[in-house]
Amino acid sequence: MIRVLLARAAQMLMVMAAVTAVAFVIFRYVGDPVLIMSREDATPAEKAALSQALGLDQPVIVQFGRFVGRVLTGDLGNSFRNQRPVSGLIAERLPATLELVIVATVLALALGIPLGVYCALKPDSWLTRSIQTISLIGISTPTFVTGIVLILIFSVWLKWLPSFGRGDVVKLGWWTTGFLTASGLRSLVLPSVTLALFQVTLIMRLVRAEMIDVLSSDYIRYARARGLPAGYIHRKLALRNALMPVITVTGLQIGALIAFAIVTETVFQWPGMGLLFIQAVSFVDLPVMAAYLLFVGFMFVSINMAVDIIYALVDPRLRTRAA
Amino acid sequence: MTKGVITATRLGALRRAMPPAYVTMAGLVAGALLLAALFAPQIAPTNPLDLRSFNLADSEIPPFWVEGGDARFLLGTDNQGRDMLSAILYGARVSIMIGGGAVFLAAAIGVSLGLLAGYLGGRIDAVIMRIGDIILSFPTILLALLVAGLARAVTPEAANPRYVPFVLIGAIAIHEWVQYARTVRAATMVEGAREYVKAARVIGLPSARIMFRHILPNVMSPVLVIATINLAQAVLTEATLSFLGVGMPPTYPSLGTLIRIGNEFVFSGIWWIALFPALALVILVLAVNVIGDWLRDRFNPKLRSRG
Repeated sequence: MIRVLLARAAQMLMVMAAVTAVAFVIFRYVGDPVLIMSREDATPAEKAALSQALGLDQPVIVQFGRFVGRVLTGDLGNSFRNQRPVSGLIAERLPATLELVIVATVLALALGIPLGVYCALKPDSWLTRSIQTISLIGISTPTFVTGIVLILIFSVWLKWLPSFGRGDVVKLGWWTTGFLTASGLRSLVLPSVTLALFQVTLIMRLVRAEMIDVLSSDYIRYARARGLPAGYIHRKLALRNALMPVITVTGLQIGALIAFAIVTETVFQWPGMGLLFIQAVSFVDLPVMAAYLLFVGFMFVSINMAVDIIYALVDPRLRTRAA
Repeated sequence: MTKGVITATRLGALRRAMPPAYVTMAGLVAGALLLAALFAPQIAPTNPLDLRSFNLADSEIPPFWVEGGDARFLLGTDNQGRDMLSAILYGARVSIMIGGGAVFLAAAIGVSLGLLAGYLGGRIDAVIMRIGDIILSFPTILLALLVAGLARAVTPEAANPRYVPFVLIGAIAIHEWVQYARTVRAATMVEGAREYVKAARVIGLPSARIMFRHILPNVMSPVLVIATINLAQAVLTEATLSFLGVGMPPTYPSLGTLIRIGNEFVFSGIWWIALFPALALVILVLAVNVIGDWLRDRFNPKLRSRG
């Protein structure tokens, strides 16, 4: 098991190195930092001085080393657009995105698992057929269309729920939360449902496939032959094993959700990291783009790592194999 | 599973060879949409790309069955008086063009690299597949946004409507080629050990000829299945990029751009500008997905478990 984890860790490090290199290239070579940071009427001497001050006259490898050093200490430069430290901007936007993603994941699991189990247990019922048809439509509907339709129905026509922003938030240290106010919770409904719907389909299909697989295995047949009650077999014996891959996929999907949150946050003007990134893209705010990339890359890598560890802890087979 | 085996009589086999009714339906719908997009200049009532052809006085007219609708504009007009039906037909054309282009480019790169990796093996194989691993650890949309955004930072020309389609095709293909490469690599490794490849090598044919003339035709069927499923994905990614504002500009809209324009009017209850292009997009993608799913199950049951 330890060897597997080490191999994974090596791969993760490689991913992080690649991401850091891309971020460095964005910082250093896309657009000329001197031109961007100096006054318009700067003399060549002033520009040379600035270039020296920024360390741009050093060999590339030295510059890269310094860049990595700065990244490790959390110094990600200043945003071109509003001249504030990028790390501060990201920290400010992080809670909004994380709260959205967490609620969406919980919703997706709460809906997806029961639906998947139902479809596996009753493959021929009309309800299963309709669930599966709807899920195919769900896969074909992009997140922003779901969001627009929900806004149209619940905000514009029924006027039940707010369609943009986070509502009132409460400060807990540097973290801001929308969980503690009524308007914060109401604002969370549409964006999190939008983000969750895409995941529900995926989780449902996965649970169904795994459940069908497990149900046809020998130990379930044996349990049936022993006359154990169906509810016990389904819940305790089958579902537990069917949920193994769900852990992996849900974990990996949290990373994807952070990226998909870009779309949801745009539709609902949700003040998270995704909105920050998309604004950076349209204003060509390179430090913010690079920092977002680094940050999301780091999140992906740590989530993947965490999933691997959980997997090893949960699956007894992986443990015995290593022993 | 076992049930299927028992009922697999000759009639059942025949029935399974034919696509079920809903797949035929999806095929017809996809075909109709493709033709409508292809012949958009001939069938569209107006030319949405010609600024002189529409009139601000006609702006925000609802579809014809709603009160205040106008028979000239069956699906209503947008904020500039552009006929929605024409805009959708032309938009679908742009979406399909970019989606198809991305699939083609991704397949070309992926198949070539997959052949190289599978046939040559060794260090080349390792490098190609590791790069693929790293790319796949990021979601398509993030990578595509980054590429499209960087293209704009490098040269402002990248935002020129003439070049945007190429930027988008590249931005989407940079992620999608890996799937083709992985599949083709695996298939090439199997084929590479076969007699006919050994024979070709013995008579001294150059490697490039063996790869592209001998092995390639034998590994193409999974590629076609992946390409179908990929087309739906590529059209969705393009729509997302355009919706986020880094794709096609409003002067030369794809379906995603039209939805972006419409999104600004949803709050005032003007739903048709966003909803009709969205409907067209969903129907197109759904039809292609249904066909792709069926093809995958029909021709390549092995792919199913790999998802």
